[in-house]
Amino acid sequence: MNPNNYLYLSAVLFSIGAVGVLVRRNAIVVFMCIELMLNASNLAFVSFARVWGNLDGQVIAFFVMVVAAAEVVIGLAIVMTIFRTRRSASVDEANLLKY
Amino acid sequence: MSSFSGAVTLAVDAPVAVTASGTFSLIWLLIGLPLIGAVILLVGGRRTNAFGHWLGVLASAASFVVAAVLFFAMLAQPLDGRTQRQHLFDWISVGTFKVPADLRLDQLSMTFVLLITGVGTLIHLYSVGYMSHDRDRRKFFGYLNLFVASMLLLVLADNYLLLYVGWEGVGLASYLLIGFWYFKETAAVASKKAFIVNRVGDVGLSLAVMLMFVTFGSVTFDGVLARASQASESQLTWIGLALLLAACGKSAQFPLQSWLLDAMAGPTPVSALIHAATMVTAGVYLIVRSNAIFDAAPTAQTAVIVIGAITLLMGAVIGCAKDDIKKALAGSTMSQIGYMVLAAGLGPVGYAFAIFHLVVHGFFKADMFLGAGSVMHGMNDQVNMRRYGALRTVMVATWLTFGAGYLAIMGIPPFAGFFSKDNIIEAAFSRGILVGLVTVVGAGVTAFYMSRLFVMTFHSTKRWTEDVHPHESPMIMVVPIAILALLSAIGGLVLNWNNAIVSWLEPVTGFQEPELAVSKLGMEGISLVVVLAGAALGWMLYDRRPVPEMAPAGNLLTRAARADLYGDAVNEAVFMRPGQYLTRWLVWFDNRVVDGAVNGVAATIGGLSGRARRLQTGFTRSYALSMLGGAALVAIALVLVRL
Repeated sequence: MNPNNYLYLSAVLFSIGAVGVLVRRNAIVVFMCIELMLNASNLAFVSFARVWGNLDGQVIAFFVMVVAAAEVVIGLAIVMTIFRTRRSASVDEANLLKY
Repeated sequence: MSSFSGAVTLAVDAPVAVTASGTFSLIWLLIGLPLIGAVILLVGGRRTNAFGHWLGVLASAASFVVAAVLFFAMLAQPLDGRTQRQHLFDWISVGTFKVPADLRLDQLSMTFVLLITGVGTLIHLYSVGYMSHDRDRRKFFGYLNLFVASMLLLVLADNYLLLYVGWEGVGLASYLLIGFWYFKETAAVASKKAFIVNRVGDVGLSLAVMLMFVTFGSVTFDGVLARASQASESQLTWIGLALLLAACGKSAQFPLQSWLLDAMAGPTPVSALIHAATMVTAGVYLIVRSNAIFDAAPTAQTAVIVIGAITLLMGAVIGCAKDDIKKALAGSTMSQIGYMVLAAGLGPVGYAFAIFHLVVHGFFKADMFLGAGSVMHGMNDQVNMRRYGALRTVMVATWLTFGAGYLAIMGIPPFAGFFSKDNIIEAAFSRGILVGLVTVVGAGVTAFYMSRLFVMTFHSTKRWTEDVHPHESPMIMVVPIAILALLSAIGGLVLNWNNAIVSWLEPVTGFQEPELAVSKLGMEGISLVVVLAGAALGWMLYDRRPVPEMAPAGNLLTRAARADLYGDAVNEAVFMRPGQYLTRWLVWFDNRVVDGAVNGVAATIGGLSGRARRLQTGFTRSYALSMLGGAALVAIALVLVRL
């Protein structure tokens, strides 16, 4: 199968994730969109590894997964805390840290 | 002078110094004894109050005894063994620059040592009585001992840098003692003024020391004076002028004379010891000690003569107008030191006479200052001579002793001043008719103002304020004055006997017989006539006519002289005001320009930051957009570069 198709899919997934981060207000959804972007990049890494016959891309993909797992732990904890104190998970309302 | 007729010895090569041994190893004690006294009195504090004044007298007297022993030991030495050097320690040793802390005792410093310790001890003794009611008497004696030690270091140092230490030491002691009654505003201000004016002179001395090091690579007397002939005349002239500036500051010579009159705010024994007999003559010592430099620099010598002549007349004119007895005497001191400086500027003709006059001036001026102190003691510390008068009736001893000093300073034979001043007048005439005339006129004016002072104080009619009851001072004050009066009476005769002082000093200073157009006797006659005329005028104006209790307005010259010939006004207009304007302008420049630039930069950055701060909206999604935009830009840039 043509590896270009995997890359197109990766680009589409990344764009969906990016647009989701920019337009959605719910912190959980934003969070999921970020995961989508991470996995899109993972797909690109693995595809390139296949194209070049080189394992480096796959190794990087593992690293990204580890980082993503750690990020989920902290990120969800923060989202939970914000929700408990403000009874809302909207990222637009958590805007106290500013000029 | 007959023994010297025809014998012309110019400044000889500086005699070779012998390393001090035997009796001469005591030289350090001269300085050490008063220094120990000062340390004990100033560090010991109130615990030494009970016996402090006697300890001070003892330290000074012990130093005088050592000086006397050394003097007789020196007399026993042959002529070429009289310059003794004692090595104390290596002070500075940096590369080729070596300054040992050496003391040098030769005929010149011996003369000074005897004068300082002798007159100093008498004034210490006098102060025991004069300061008996002062609660800080112990501190006073501590300062006096400090002064004596510093002054001895000044005259015993074997190099210009060590001399500088003594020079600053006497300046410090003078400052402390003028301001001894610091709670009086005049005294506090006068001490600061003396200190600052002396600093101006000290710049001259430090410049001279630096120039010597550059020129000769050495600052020792041997290293500089013996090699003076190797330097060019312009180098020597600059060194000489720098030394003259130093001498002007310390000896209150024009244009640095203004501090001396104000310094009279200090206690009277201080005026007698420091501001008449010893410290103010340090400038004369400096010039005479550096004779090899001045001999080879005629321009500098002329400058010395001019300064001496100007100060001589200025001091005399000021002395004529002052009603404050101490200020009149201070004007006279200026004038007499002008004589010495003038004589020192004449070269080998005058060096020995300058020192001769310095010594006898130390006697008669200390005598008269102590006499003035005795009068003030009996008159509730009043100094206005217009409220004195007829004091001879109640203060006989003071009157007689003051009279000896009065006759001595006028130069009535056989009193001391006659011999020394006459020698200077002769030497001045051998230089030129104008210089000679200045000294003769000065002698006449001296006779006038001293007669005025003497008559207004001791003769004329009573003009006392109602609350005073004049009385003779206690014995402890009268005895030192009497000794000084005796020295004023016979000192000149003894020192001039067979040219004793000239032949004593000749190995150090050199000597040249003055060449006179008139015979010596004729010369003496002329100056005596001028002196008697001045004195007669003084007696006529102030004894025959009543003295008004309030000072009359006076003519232009009198008013100028009362204002110290506008010395302070000139200083203020020429130095103080421009300095003040400069400071004000600098403050303005600092506030507006320097601070303006610094504050302007800060304000600009602050304003820009305030604008930039608005970017931090707290709106998470806008941050995400900027991150995305940035990442896209980076990606595009990478793609473009790749292509």
